[in-house]
Amino acid sequence: MSVRVYDLAHARAGDKGNTSNISVICYDAKHWDFLERELTPERVATAFQHIAKGPIRRFPLRNLKAFNFVIENALGGGVTVSLAQDIHGKSLSNVMLAIELPDPDGKRG
Amino acid sequence: MKPENAVRIGAGAGTSDDRLVPALELAERGDIDYLVFECLAERTVSRENLSRSKNPDLGYAPSLHSRLRMVLPACIKNGIRIVSNMGAANPLGGARAARKEAADLGLGDVAVAVVLGDDVSSVVQHRAGLMLIENGEPLESILPKMISANAYLGADVVCEALNTGAPIVLSGRVADPSLFLAPMLHEFDWSYDDTAKIAQGTAAGHLLECTASVTGGCFGWPGKKDVPDLANNGYPFADVTPDGGIVIGKTPDSGGRLDVMTCTEQLIYEIHDPTAYITPDCVLDISGIALTQEAADRVRVSGARAKPRTPTYKVNVGYADGYIGEGEVSYGGIDAVARAKWAAEVVKERLRRQGFTYDDFRMDLIGMSSLHGEPEKRPEPYEVRLRLAGRTHDRKAAHAIGFETRALHMHGPGGAGGACEPRVRDVLAVKSVLLPKNMVNPQVVVEGTL
Repeated sequence: MSVRVYDLAHARAGDKGNTSNISVICYDAKHWDFLERELTPERVATAFQHIAKGPIRRFPLRNLKAFNFVIENALGGGVTVSLAQDIHGKSLSNVMLAIELPDPDGKRG
Repeated sequence: MKPENAVRIGAGAGTSDDRLVPALELAERGDIDYLVFECLAERTVSRENLSRSKNPDLGYAPSLHSRLRMVLPACIKNGIRIVSNMGAANPLGGARAARKEAADLGLGDVAVAVVLGDDVSSVVQHRAGLMLIENGEPLESILPKMISANAYLGADVVCEALNTGAPIVLSGRVADPSLFLAPMLHEFDWSYDDTAKIAQGTAAGHLLECTASVTGGCFGWPGKKDVPDLANNGYPFADVTPDGGIVIGKTPDSGGRLDVMTCTEQLIYEIHDPTAYITPDCVLDISGIALTQEAADRVRVSGARAKPRTPTYKVNVGYADGYIGEGEVSYGGIDAVARAKWAAEVVKERLRRQGFTYDDFRMDLIGMSSLHGEPEKRPEPYEVRLRLAGRTHDRKAAHAIGFETRALHMHGPGGAGGACEPRVRDVLAVKSVLLPKNMVNPQVVVEGTL
């Protein structure tokens, strides 16, 4: 059994220069500890390896039932010079939501 | 209902291309005291500097005309003061344009307080050794191509402009949350030493600065995060009390939603370290903020903290960095992807034979891998749109990408359809430096009669 980030949280991507930040916000605070354990920067780096060179930092925001992932070298050099269609990386939150996590208890959202 | 001692600050635009009508709705039925239009993206000032170099009357945000024409009558009638960075690269020119709009609307002599001093191009010209934040190289590396250099000014000088009493305040580059914090400083006389209040005001500004992004825009997901009447999102406002109390609300009877979920997404948006979000006014810490639903479409913000402002301004340096050329064409049906890939090879070979080179080149299969890459992992769609893009300092090389892609109609694999016109755009790149505040001289001048 596995669970997707999508099942437990919502997300939004923002941009500054060549850095993308992606919030991951639990629908229910009870899933925060699970995400803290499983949605590690390493796991996120694997999901983004073909998009971003990194590094990737994770900031916990328990007060907001959330995490903030800061992903460097993610936007093709930055909004002003990127050749990408989605120069702001607005769609990158959906890469985060698609990440699959082990769900040993078989309990979904 | 607006609390008795509260000042209500509305958000009228969060980008130069933002919708116009929701700002009018706020002015007409939002019971607001201030309407703030944030209209400058990173490279807007550079672009407007180029407009100004062609015509010295221009250089402000072109949308200034349509925005003011729409909201000025309601704002003047309801005593709502306007604060905006639509002055872009020419705040004085913007002020003259704003005054003309007011006169043409029959509103008479409307004074505009103009914030100047963000343009620091002459200062940084002589400081080639300043380090670029993005890559650690000296400013010298881009100085020859520099188009503009603008400091992100803070709320203090915008507050000074409000102190003149002018109904409209126009600036160039000012940090987005500072535009919203300024009316609070003006109304409540908050000191920069009172970091808790500065923090609350800055957090409110950050929540408001993208307008509908806190009222259900950039949020909805069918069945998962539904948004009522998404086609009619209302713009938000903050009710601010003298003690630093903040409640975010939105235009009554508008579409969209405003709740803890929408506020949380916007609060973290474009933040890096949540304990150190640097603005010209403070170093904001959102890690203790609590968001509480007080009533329908009303969310209370509490617990923002901050450290005092830093001794530097962030300066955006815009510079010309060549061209981006693009072409697109579609393939459908059997072997659509194989034909699109072959087409891309044909274009690349044509460009190579003409001797064109590119600093960066990219092939996208729209419908498959243009957003998240990894085409080998995706199922083949029925139809696909090939996109080719390259960056170069040779305008002809940039144009050739779209030219050769369009020519696939005649010369490429079978069944190419719907190629677009060749597209070429100037690259206005932006990097930044930190400049000590004592090298910058923010000031206010008033156009018109007070």
